[in-house]
Amino acid sequence: MFDFHPRLKQRFAALRTGAEFFSLRYVCESGQHLSVRKNVAEPPSLNRDEGAMLTVRVNGVEAYAATNDLSQAGLQAALERAEQHARQLKPHALLDLREQAVSSDRADYFSPHFDQAFPPLSDCYQLLGDESAAVPQDERLVNWQASIGLTQVEQIYLNSAGAELRQAQRFIYPALDVTAFDGNDSQTRTLGRENFGQQGGFDVISRCGLIGAGPKIADQALQLLMAPNTPQGPRDLLLMPDQMMLQIHESIGHPLELDRILGDERNYAGTSFVKASDFGHLQYGSSLLNVTFDPDIPEELASYSHDDDGSAASKQFLIREGLLLRPLGGALSQFRAGLDGVANSRACGWNRPPIDRMANLNIEPGDQSLEQLIQGIERGVLMRTNRSWSIDDARNKFQFGCEWGQLIENGELKGVVKNPNYRGISAQFWKSLRAVGDASTSQVLGTPNCGKGEPNQVIRVGHASPACVFSNVDVFGGDA
Amino acid sequence: MSTVNNQARAFKALVDWLRDALREPEQFTLGYAAESSAFVRFNHGKVRQAGQVQQANVSFKLIDDGRHADLQITLSGDPEADVQRLSEGLQQLRETLPLLPRDPYLLLNHNHWQSNNVQDHPLPDTEQAVAEITRAAEGLDLVGFYAAGPISRGFASSSGAFGWHQANSFNFDFSLFHENGQAVKASYAGHEWSSDGFARRFEQAREQLEFLGRPLRTLPPGEYRAYLAPAALEEIMGMLSWGGFSAQAIASKQSPLQKFYAGEAHFSPNVWLTEQVSGSLSPAFSDEGYPRDDLGLIAKGTANARLINSRSAAEYGLAANGASRYEYPTALDMQGGQLEQKYILEELGTGLYISNLWYLNYSDQPAARLTGMTRFATFWVENGQIQAPVSTMRFDDSVYSLLGSQLEALTRERELLLSASTYSQRATASMLLPGALVKRLTLTL
Repeated sequence: MFDFHPRLKQRFAALRTGAEFFSLRYVCESGQHLSVRKNVAEPPSLNRDEGAMLTVRVNGVEAYAATNDLSQAGLQAALERAEQHARQLKPHALLDLREQAVSSDRADYFSPHFDQAFPPLSDCYQLLGDESAAVPQDERLVNWQASIGLTQVEQIYLNSAGAELRQAQRFIYPALDVTAFDGNDSQTRTLGRENFGQQGGFDVISRCGLIGAGPKIADQALQLLMAPNTPQGPRDLLLMPDQMMLQIHESIGHPLELDRILGDERNYAGTSFVKASDFGHLQYGSSLLNVTFDPDIPEELASYSHDDDGSAASKQFLIREGLLLRPLGGALSQFRAGLDGVANSRACGWNRPPIDRMANLNIEPGDQSLEQLIQGIERGVLMRTNRSWSIDDARNKFQFGCEWGQLIENGELKGVVKNPNYRGISAQFWKSLRAVGDASTSQVLGTPNCGKGEPNQVIRVGHASPACVFSNVDVFGGDA
Repeated sequence: MSTVNNQARAFKALVDWLRDALREPEQFTLGYAAESSAFVRFNHGKVRQAGQVQQANVSFKLIDDGRHADLQITLSGDPEADVQRLSEGLQQLRETLPLLPRDPYLLLNHNHWQSNNVQDHPLPDTEQAVAEITRAAEGLDLVGFYAAGPISRGFASSSGAFGWHQANSFNFDFSLFHENGQAVKASYAGHEWSSDGFARRFEQAREQLEFLGRPLRTLPPGEYRAYLAPAALEEIMGMLSWGGFSAQAIASKQSPLQKFYAGEAHFSPNVWLTEQVSGSLSPAFSDEGYPRDDLGLIAKGTANARLINSRSAAEYGLAANGASRYEYPTALDMQGGQLEQKYILEELGTGLYISNLWYLNYSDQPAARLTGMTRFATFWVENGQIQAPVSTMRFDDSVYSLLGSQLEALTRERELLLSASTYSQRATASMLLPGALVKRLTLTL
């Protein structure tokens, strides 16, 4: 672990520059993706990636250079490229960062069970093969796949103010999906994949429920195939955690990103319906809504001690009892906006610069069991497992779709319905939050696929949420 | 960054080393991807964030006795260090293969094809480009992203195949914002930066911006006549590209076009779509080492070829046609129609002029029913005259309707849209598309 640290430190110390501040962020990432599709093991996809980003600040202007050449000469050359960039662009720079404070922290951070070896590749294939083989023989089951993704990241951040931050993390992504087809319609049921990922070791596989899931997931795909479409019209909506995570992500997380509010993302990811002046004033949701940035849940995907600019991370309420308090903005955005934020300046790798990202964005549990949530609904739909998401560039008008729907009538769960979709407007939707599930309904979930930034970056984010009930939502089904 | 010739030489040196290091009956394929990129972000007409990225990697597949595994390794640019990394990779793969079962769908291309395409145009000077952009943006709220530099792709196999593709390119993707929050989107991209060319493109965007100052029109949900500009159609085609033409997705009933390929649905007979590799910016060989030919995907509105990689070819008994691992098109070319650009507003009459769509996804994938948002410069038109910009609206409609029963015309003129995507690396994908006039587009929110 951190084998390269002594040499990197030595090379960093030997770098020469005229910049008033500079930093180095080294990232070494390795991983494997294993998959068994319809009982056939697919070839493993392995990777090893290594490089560093040098960032300089010259007369208040920052610029970066990322390099795959980690030799002393390679790092020095990158530093000089960054410095040249900063000097050239000085007349055109938007920001003057001379007064922005920098980190001098020193810390180490490790994923839970990082010191425990992950099972060997042959054992993983055996597990995946068993789950694949457990999918029943049924001619309507036309495709199924079990997979495990593993990513291991070592990162070292050093800067000229003396910061020295090391992080060693392991991320696990189990998945199983089954597709059923009846000659006309097809329905897919999924466990994990884009909806589940955690830090840790083999314990993540167990927590995900992958082991023994084959027959259950196949049965649910067949149930969907035979189910009627979701009815159209306003109904109460019970969202389970694996849809809540998407709802939080798109209609709380992105609109609260401070760089969007400052306009950086208007050409690509978009802007926000939230304004800088809304913090401390805007009633974002009902009084039951409590939203936190929480880097302290060890297994959650974006738990860490410091972000990629070296800021120390700690739990913060972004929304308390429905009132908007704090944006998702790292040190730079806080400096620009004059607002308190969180430590969420993050990069997806060594070749992309840190920007405001979501990290762990959670809804705090309420006080109702799942049974109580259902009993409180007279006419509604339960939806679980996101499969479709679309929202406008200000993160307001949305339409989301799930794999699994179930009607709720007079406080009881009824039949399965397929193609459950719903649409709404963020600024109004969270005010219709009527009940929040307790800790027994909550799950720690996350996705590796949040896209944003120019240059583009896809990054892992965590979302923990209980089940939640929303009143009077516009729901509808599909065509088939 | 080493020069292009140096890169090609360095890649050949790795290939030669690997050939020598293999033991009978081992085989390999080796893909190569490198780029050196200047990245500059703009906000409020100024430089918000700027940098330079130098990266290179190989995708190494080792095959032995019907077993195979893939390993992607970042290269350092130092020949000795890179041979060492490849050597360690070879060892890792040799230790991995015995743990695997034989793969029944392994299908190797044993042809020793050769391909070489170098587009070595001089690149624009970043400092000069930034100066021109900030000068043009004076007094305007410009947000955008400039990416430029050389891109290299290579492929070699133990069977003697060798491909090399290199292109210098730049892409300035930008938006101009009106103070009311409305915006127009444009791009200036290609191989050779021309100050005049950039000024013309910028002026076009600036002219559109003036229309956005008119009072905003809010439309109720309902059905509307609409014109989808090429950039809006690009979003729809981009969505269909995910699995739409994939042989595996079609066979496993996960394609949004499964009814189309089953002959149960069709598009307008005016729709012709080709994966036009020749003359495009993307390499003429696939990431798994097959030469890519031009491929007619839709002919006269009905299904034609599908994208088939080697794995699908083996699994479904088809002939591989150079599709990538994910069977995703990268050079779509849609035939134009009869509608001349100058008559678009007149033919639209009363309805929506939609410049861009955004964040598409499926409401019902097997039915190819899509939802998404209008974004950037959407106008309400009455009697062929632009009346007002329209507030952001959601549509929800079937592709079989938009490009089928409700398609009234395609424009004669087409637009070459170069991908501005930079996920992991700068994209080489492009689409050549007309605009589409549709009789009915359903807005829902």
